[in-house]
Amino acid sequence: MIKKMVCIDCPHGCVLEIDMDSKPIGVRGNKCPKGIEFAISEIENPERVLTSSVLTEGLALKMIPVRTDRPIPKKDLFRAMEEIKKIRLRRTVAIGDIVIEDLLGLGVKLVATRGSAFDPDWRYPGEGSFR
Amino acid sequence: MTERELIIIGGGPAGMAAAIAARENGVKDILLIERDQCLGGILNQCIHTGFGLEYFKEVLTGPEYASRFMSKVKSMPGIEISLRSFAVRLTKEKKLTYLKPGKMEKVKAKAIIMATGCREKTREMVHIAGMRPSGVFSAGLAQKLINIEGLLPGKEIVIVGSGDIGLIMARRLVLEGAKVSGVVEIEAQSRGLARNIVQCIEDFDIPIYFNHKISRIYGKNRVERVDIVRVDGNFNEIPGSSFEIKCDTILMSVGLIPENELIEMAGVVIDKKTNAPVSGELNKTSIPGIFVCGNSFKVYDIVDSVTRDSLIAGKLAAEYLRSRR
Repeated sequence: MIKKMVCIDCPHGCVLEIDMDSKPIGVRGNKCPKGIEFAISEIENPERVLTSSVLTEGLALKMIPVRTDRPIPKKDLFRAMEEIKKIRLRRTVAIGDIVIEDLLGLGVKLVATRGSAFDPDWRYPGEGSFR
Repeated sequence: MTERELIIIGGGPAGMAAAIAARENGVKDILLIERDQCLGGILNQCIHTGFGLEYFKEVLTGPEYASRFMSKVKSMPGIEISLRSFAVRLTKEKKLTYLKPGKMEKVKAKAIIMATGCREKTREMVHIAGMRPSGVFSAGLAQKLINIEGLLPGKEIVIVGSGDIGLIMARRLVLEGAKVSGVVEIEAQSRGLARNIVQCIEDFDIPIYFNHKISRIYGKNRVERVDIVRVDGNFNEIPGSSFEIKCDTILMSVGLIPENELIEMAGVVIDKKTNAPVSGELNKTSIPGIFVCGNSFKVYDIVDSVTRDSLIAGKLAAEYLRSRR
């Protein structure tokens, strides 16, 4: 049986043709080796990187964007979102800082993808004759 | 009036790349103007992954991609960054007026690079009939509300158009607990990337209606429902094919328009259909010394291409300035 799928590893979106009967499974249509990895993972245990944003308290930015440092099983996406929605970030973070050490016990870290401070050049509205 | 070598308008990916390339090609006096409170432009709200594969050979989120350029731009002497600065007037002599908190500044530049990006098409531009309730948003605005402001624009959503921002917002809304009742696309296929159809729509079993459009919006104060109708190859409604979807929110993801009103004001020839500058060469305009790069030159699919071509704009501006010495 030939199964068709679109590789989502990058914006190219290669259309993969997977021969499900051969062992190891044969993959065609991939422009790079990641296509083969994707096809195997997609058949055995589909995974996705989860990105979201978390609420802060007392920081310059109201929301800090986050991502999982590795893909997590697709079936756990909504459970992970429930955890992420509970977070109230009160400490300042730099880009790449860990927000949750072990998300849902999956062995995956949730990391900040933006620092919590504005540019150092930034001044709070109200300075000078702004108001 | 103060005079600067090069003024770059817009501190998103295009403006930052242009500034870096101009500096690296010998321009020593650069003013980079950005209307927001920080650099990065639209990348700051694009928290999903998929950026940087071509340029950095790794997969980054929007804020991560932006931060690499921010650090570089800020570390370069000779680039002055003016935040919360909004350009309001440009003349063909390259005199620029801009507003910043408490001040109106006038500067003359020897060369200008416009990196103003693009804006989203609205409901009015695709002519959807019906009432005019609240709850109709552009997809990018919904993205800002959710990712920057922490507000959910609605609970039951219909998305018009299958551009990438619309598809990405479909997933984002579902993950945040909203119901996306459908994506309605007038064409026979998606305008977005194939990967976004897979990971944003199919992953979450969101219905996508190709060859369909919204024929009518209902709702007195807030959107209450829409009529969806099938269309033929000429986009004419097929009688009897109409059905109704209940929703409280409509997101529009129906295309982008390059933002070029400032250079039009200066006399640059603009293509009335695309709103992009009429140009025989990449990043150039009908006025020598006024360059346009990134999504304001043409709407690109991926940010890596914006960076690549904006680096060229910086180099072109440097060559232009050198030739005038």
